[in-house]
Amino acid sequence: MASAAKAEQLDFAKTPINSKLSAQQKVRLLTEMVRIRRFETESLRQYQAKKMGGFLHLYNGQESVAVGCVSLMGDDDHVITAYRDHGHALAVGMTMNECMAELFGKVTGCSKGKGGSMHFFAPDKNYWGGHGIVAGQTPLGLGLAYALKYKGVKGAAMCFMGDGAVNQGCFYESLNMAALFDIPVIYIIENNGYSMGTSLARSSSFKSCLAERAEGFNIAWGQCNGTDIYEVRANVQTAIERAHNESKPTVLEIATYRYYGHSVADAKHTGGYRQKEEIEHYKQNHDPIQVFKRRLIEEGTLTEEKYEQLDEAAKAEAAAAAQFADESPIPSEESITQDVYFEVDRQTEAGRTGKHFFND
Amino acid sequence: MPLIEYRDALNQAFAEEMERDPNVVLMGEEVAEYDGAYKVTRGLWQRFGSKRVMDTPISEAGFIGMGIGASMLGIRPVMELMFWSFAAVAWDQIINNAAQVRYMSGGLINCPIVIRGPANGGTNVGATHSHNHENFLANIPGLKVVCPATAYDAKGLMKSAIRDNDPVMFMENTLLYGEKGEVPEEEYLIPLGRADVKREGTDISLIAHGRAALTALKAAELLAAEHNINAEVVDLRSIRPLDEEAILESVRKTHRAVYIEENKPFCGVGAQIASMLQEKAFDDLDAPVLRISSMDAPAIYSPELEKKQLPRPLDIVEKVLSIC
Repeated sequence: MASAAKAEQLDFAKTPINSKLSAQQKVRLLTEMVRIRRFETESLRQYQAKKMGGFLHLYNGQESVAVGCVSLMGDDDHVITAYRDHGHALAVGMTMNECMAELFGKVTGCSKGKGGSMHFFAPDKNYWGGHGIVAGQTPLGLGLAYALKYKGVKGAAMCFMGDGAVNQGCFYESLNMAALFDIPVIYIIENNGYSMGTSLARSSSFKSCLAERAEGFNIAWGQCNGTDIYEVRANVQTAIERAHNESKPTVLEIATYRYYGHSVADAKHTGGYRQKEEIEHYKQNHDPIQVFKRRLIEEGTLTEEKYEQLDEAAKAEAAAAAQFADESPIPSEESITQDVYFEVDRQTEAGRTGKHFFND
Repeated sequence: MPLIEYRDALNQAFAEEMERDPNVVLMGEEVAEYDGAYKVTRGLWQRFGSKRVMDTPISEAGFIGMGIGASMLGIRPVMELMFWSFAAVAWDQIINNAAQVRYMSGGLINCPIVIRGPANGGTNVGATHSHNHENFLANIPGLKVVCPATAYDAKGLMKSAIRDNDPVMFMENTLLYGEKGEVPEEEYLIPLGRADVKREGTDISLIAHGRAALTALKAAELLAAEHNINAEVVDLRSIRPLDEEAILESVRKTHRAVYIEENKPFCGVGAQIASMLQEKAFDDLDAPVLRISSMDAPAIYSPELEKKQLPRPLDIVEKVLSIC
């Protein structure tokens, strides 16, 4: 976060992509961030009430990244991410109901209760998951972008990853091919400072930043601060234009921070590998919602009352989603063996030929 | 009917499917300008160009993952692994992404991808290059596994694999690439999940997949000539989906079965078949179901010994004589 002070000297509100935003669009950006935060907070409450199993990786503190990036997507731009995927899912327009129901393992979930927290998908919204293996999605993001180029579509694939993912081999294989084949993929490193319980300094060797590693592949790269959603948008827009106009990849590192642990099972995230004061420092000085809210109030786009209203609405929406999820039925036992093979699901000739399952 | 090599039968399948569907692309190490390490894709780069036939760097996890990602958006990549042994490097992409993404998305996504290449021992290249993965991969719901033994089967199954909307693991064999077989000029497809009785018989069922089916045929000839035993040879062709009915039908007729494969024995394909037979054909069996696999040790380099490590016709004869 060393560059934060320097970055704050620039006013990204004046960049073309931000200066043209209407008051309504600005409030929309804020609302989306608030919705994510309220969804995550409600998820945590429901997790603690034992309404779901497995892991829960919360996005609180990082909202400006997903919302800022997704707000720039055109019809042919696509998104794929890792396991901390709720924020991106809501940002692309998935409903709180389908997301919460997925956490509850219910049939009304976005993946019919088959994916869980780490595996949200909405291909109709150009959202390709939700992937549980660290960096496993990086070649997939490359493939999405390759497909766009192959089809002659002017689009980009934004592939999100954490700072912990940059040390996986397949990421570098992907970077090499992205540069070699001029593939319009944008790798967005959401650097929240911790690879689970291992700090950046203890997990990664680098010169000035992680994105700089792209230099060796002759790939354009950048680094920015995620505190200001305008800064995120300005930097991502440059990458999207590069993808659309030159079919070239970008690696963009965005400094951000998570308020909760790696997952909710991470008990050492306060007083263990990091101190409570550090979390408070970010909440006080770098919270993307508070920073943007203050800006909008100062410039007269928003009032405190209006903020309260949208916050209350988000809170109510999340509570209603929890109720919806709670009241939804669990998937049927028969569904365990559905959605495995396309041909079987569709009962095509291929799906009817030979034995596909070996339960009897 | 023209006699062509196994590799050329595959080559014809690629060319025909690429002509038919502009979304079919070939990718892999050396598949384009070099014509393929085993010349399976020879001439296709000249014919279809760099957009359709693409050389990749030596990055199996990266390029297999790229193909999977592209398939989610409707491209139909046919990805070559120079050896299936190298799939170990791409395991995460194959097992966690290609096989699971449909399920984890509740059926919203499918991956129409073919991952292909040779999966065999017997060429004195040591343990790292001699793996048979068909039992491993058939263990993963979401994947399909195909192992053709002849040129005819290779072409017909490859065309079906390319048209299939699920990920198909297509396992070839370097020892078979140069083997010639009859392949009709007119178009044909062989569905996945249908076995082929390669030799009719009455006394025992030799059930096999891949090159082991050809070994079984040789054994059947020896059994007939020297022991007056009329063996039936059932070539599964596809492991998953599996033609269970064909196996049962043969065993109900012969009442004896031996499974032959070049996999290792532990949880091999034969273990699955033997389990199924004792459960579903117990009363039809006059003898225990026996299995012959590659000898249970890493693939040895020593050329003379490696021949002994893989199932040979005489090994099969000996096994058959123990229950006939």
